[in-house]
Amino acid sequence: MIEARELTKRYGDKTVVDGLSFTVKPGEVTGFLGPNGAGKSTTMRMVLGLDAPTAGSVTVNGRSYAGHGAPLHEIGALLEAKSVHPGRSAEAHLTALAQTHGIARGRVDEVIELAGLQSVAGKRVGAFSLGMGQRLGIAAALLGDPETVMLDEPVNGLDPEGVLWIRNLLAKLAAEGRAVLLSSHLMSETAQIADHLVIIGRGRLLADTTVEAFVRETGTGAVRVASDEAGRLRALLAGPDVTVSGSNDTELLVSGLGAREIGRVALEHGVPLHELTPLGASLEEAFMDLTTDELEYRSAPADGRSAR
Amino acid sequence: MSAMTIDRPAGGAAPARTAVKPVRFHRVLLSETTKFRTIRSTWICLTLGLVLLGLFGSIGAFTYDGGGAGVTDGPPGIAGRPLDAVSLALMGLSFASLVVGVFGVLSTAGEYSTGTIRSTLAAVPKRLPVLWAKAILAGGAVLVIAAAGAFTAFLIGTVGLDGEAIAVSLGDEGVLRSLLGAALYLALVAVFGVALGALLRSPAGGIAALVSILLILPGLAMLLPDSWYDTLNPYFPSNAGGAAYALTETADRLSPGEGIAVFAGWVALTLAAAAFRLKRTDV
Repeated sequence: MIEARELTKRYGDKTVVDGLSFTVKPGEVTGFLGPNGAGKSTTMRMVLGLDAPTAGSVTVNGRSYAGHGAPLHEIGALLEAKSVHPGRSAEAHLTALAQTHGIARGRVDEVIELAGLQSVAGKRVGAFSLGMGQRLGIAAALLGDPETVMLDEPVNGLDPEGVLWIRNLLAKLAAEGRAVLLSSHLMSETAQIADHLVIIGRGRLLADTTVEAFVRETGTGAVRVASDEAGRLRALLAGPDVTVSGSNDTELLVSGLGAREIGRVALEHGVPLHELTPLGASLEEAFMDLTTDELEYRSAPADGRSAR
Repeated sequence: MSAMTIDRPAGGAAPARTAVKPVRFHRVLLSETTKFRTIRSTWICLTLGLVLLGLFGSIGAFTYDGGGAGVTDGPPGIAGRPLDAVSLALMGLSFASLVVGVFGVLSTAGEYSTGTIRSTLAAVPKRLPVLWAKAILAGGAVLVIAAAGAFTAFLIGTVGLDGEAIAVSLGDEGVLRSLLGAALYLALVAVFGVALGALLRSPAGGIAALVSILLILPGLAMLLPDSWYDTLNPYFPSNAGGAAYALTETADRLSPGEGIAVFAGWVALTLAAAAFRLKRTDV
């Protein structure tokens, strides 16, 4: 559990994080979204006590990070910037971290295996690809079997298999009752993993909501469903907040319901589906709408019209 | 308390939790030992320091010519003094001091340049134990190799100087103290490096500061008015340290005990500044 209260960070006269309050609850994945430069990484460094807040406070499982006797057991973090000596092996890096908390040698092997790094564990980290570096960072984050897991742009540099691995891993961690915070600047990608969303821009909170509510409120996130029994499914899905439109007999465009619910309804009533696609692009657009005014590094309009 | 296992009822269907113990100084020390061991520069610097001390000192004794020039151009504290068997044995001390100083600088500044410091401080959020552990390890390791190097050089040198007027034995007055003084001085130089690296957070900056303070500062001090120079000169870090390993005491120098105490004072001051910055500023 992470609780930020009026968290503020200023560098000189530049306010990077501005009165930010949010809670990361156990048992769910919270997506921490914002454009580049929104203050996500700074916020995460403040959670770990690496940067001191100018004002406000942030606690991990009810206490400031430095107040914990065994912090790696409370929260495990992957930070965006590299934080491993390139001359050291992955195994040596993890061993040194484990020793600060008296963590048994076996756990080091366990997380190496979990991250799929067995074949490169003895190699110098400097020779690692971006993806392997991310896996090592995630192994380090999980080393202390933490209650809360915080990952800054974890899918950065991962191949599709790695992205899938992260998704399953985070879902499993949340199912085990852990609090998971995951930062990203991509809405569509985050919406597939997260239950809850904390969206910031220029250090200020823009939205603190669930993925479902965000989709509903922004009126986006339609799901394309294809089924041979589209007509029956249309009736089954009908509800006050749900609109279903169809272009032909087999395809429906559903808004107001997530892919998860639609899949469940179809399964319960034995309706076979051959397509169930959340239309992520529109979600991304809604996110852009929300954050456009807050963009730190906005690209100049190419033709004098709207930047978007 | 130290063996306590932190465990709490986990929500959901969590599997058996990994046993985790609270962060304690001895665990930080063990972790830092692993970090020292698992990086190449440690072995390169320590080996180089040992070789420079042992080899230069031995060669010095074997190439010594009794009828030749009677003064050394060795390290500060020895330079320009009448040659003696100990100063010959410590011929490599200047170079060795740079190498062990760089070793110290890299152990802390290297964490900043590579980003490792974020992992380190996330594991040890109290921060200061990391600095103390690094200082103890760098100082301890260098004390051992410097003592080995200095004694090796002296003992091999004894063979080379056999029959020369300046030959002395380990049992003669001041010899043991000088050699141990040299080892202690180098150990403190390593700690000085640790402190400078942590203070400046940059390998290049740390090494530049180290070289300036140890080697260039005494020379620059010549620009001071004579009366100032005479008063201040003995207290410069490397001059004060030099008093600890010079065989004979002279009037323009501190006594060996005072010398090492003054140098230790400089190191302690720098380490305190480094601790302050580490504790107070963002990383």
